[in-house]
Amino acid sequence: MEVFEVIQPGPLTTIQDLGRSGYQQFGVPTSGALDNYAFRVGNLLVGNAEGAASLEITLPGCQLRALRETMIAIAGAELAATINGEPASVWESRLLKRGDVLSFPRLNSGCRAYLAVTGSIAVPLVMQSASTYTRAGIGGFGGRPLRKGDILQSNKNTASAKVARMPSEYIPVYGNRIALRVILGPQDDLFTEEGISTFLSSEYIVSTQADRMGYRLEGPRIQHREGADIISDGIPLGAIQVPGDGLPIILLVDRQTTGGYTKIATTVSVDIPRIAQAKPGDKINFQQVDEEQAVTLLKKYEQQMETIKSRLYA
Amino acid sequence: MIYEEPRFLSGGDRAIFIELGDSIDPDVNQRVRNLQFAIEKAGIPGVVESVPAYRSLLVYFEPLHISAPEFREAIGDLLQSLTSSELPKRRLIEIPVTYGGEFGPDLELVASHSNLSAAGVVRIHSSARYLIYMIGFMPGFPYLGGMSPDIATPRKTTPRLKIPAGSVGIAGNQTGIYPAESPGGWQIIGRTPLELFHPTREPPSILQAGDYLTFAGVTPDEFDTIKEAVRSGTYRLREKSIE
Repeated sequence: MEVFEVIQPGPLTTIQDLGRSGYQQFGVPTSGALDNYAFRVGNLLVGNAEGAASLEITLPGCQLRALRETMIAIAGAELAATINGEPASVWESRLLKRGDVLSFPRLNSGCRAYLAVTGSIAVPLVMQSASTYTRAGIGGFGGRPLRKGDILQSNKNTASAKVARMPSEYIPVYGNRIALRVILGPQDDLFTEEGISTFLSSEYIVSTQADRMGYRLEGPRIQHREGADIISDGIPLGAIQVPGDGLPIILLVDRQTTGGYTKIATTVSVDIPRIAQAKPGDKINFQQVDEEQAVTLLKKYEQQMETIKSRLYA
Repeated sequence: MIYEEPRFLSGGDRAIFIELGDSIDPDVNQRVRNLQFAIEKAGIPGVVESVPAYRSLLVYFEPLHISAPEFREAIGDLLQSLTSSELPKRRLIEIPVTYGGEFGPDLELVASHSNLSAAGVVRIHSSARYLIYMIGFMPGFPYLGGMSPDIATPRKTTPRLKIPAGSVGIAGNQTGIYPAESPGGWQIIGRTPLELFHPTREPPSILQAGDYLTFAGVTPDEFDTIKEAVRSGTYRLREKSIE
């Protein structure tokens, strides 16, 4: 069923789900929603399964026209959403009428908003996922970002979604300073003590080269023992790669599956949504945690998701 | 060289590296492949996927289903029994290539750099058996080992903006194939009509880490015929099992 016409796509609007797994061994990144917290909550708000295909809207500029009555929810970055020019509530579900124009005109905070639609956005699955990997033209809407005039389809609305609102205490605040928790490794032994200490004690700034593949940071240079080259190996989500120039790059969902530069640490899973909402100019510092602490954080995160679910459907 | 004890390296809270040796070496890489196979076969709960590389396997797992220590223990047991597990045979895949001319604009340059004739470069390039150490860089891109040093040629000083899909090139002592159109600095000596990667095919990549390939020279006419067969879905990949 036709659900939206793209009036303006904005700088980068793509269809994403939770990503594709099993294909990294063939060089295919997972892709998927970069902020999976806002993405999952958006779907819960409209009565979808957590991983239903939605729109990831990067920075302001996107404008859509509803082609039928449909329930939606907006979560993630504050892009001053409006419906027919009137402010639209976010982090809650609401009904759009046929002909309504939904706009995301201005950036207030964060970087990426998610638009969930009851029944999910419908596109053919490629390698079992709806996610768009634009660099290789794989998945989503013809493998590419949305363009003016595109018509989006949704699956039939099976759930009778009622209006649901995210409890305000669970709505994240997107600041301009982010502390990212990291686990050292796999190549922390290829850095000097001074290098590790620079990494953990300095403030870095998100450069303009920051996208779904990775965020290049600017700041103090991290010292290697003997050089930045390694025998190429896999790259986990959130890995912090330090090439020869000593400046860290946080690698994200569209990262290459393998690489030949030293990786000093890996961002813990629960902090990926926070880097996802960072934008050029934001400040970042790194805090070391261990594996056990990271798993405790992850358990809390998933418990919170369960709590949200039970409160939405109470 | 293969380590006596594998090294477990942190890949954060959802992934772990198992490093099996200290060099780019067919024996080490064979062990990586065996380990990946053994993990798949063991069906360890909570394992999501794994990515083989030259000398290590990166395994993604679901930490709320299996803890990292539990996972390391399960892998330790597998490593013990690795030699005895029934491993699938390796494949040797033939990649047809049209060398030179518009298909390989840098063939003459590689020839003069190597003090060989163009035919000599082709003979050397198409007579070796190459190990696919891993797939990475872009979907379906093979990292190959086994090229003769006699035809090693440095990259172009200025990369080309567009290299057609299927281009076969040389960069330093490596050879490779571009699965998709891409910018790049490799010296392009030929092109294959095969589609190394196709997103809607299962598996999407013809090549897999641990397999071998050879290049077989074909004429431009044969190139067109094969390309048409690939397009219509009637092309049969030439492959065989090897020990």
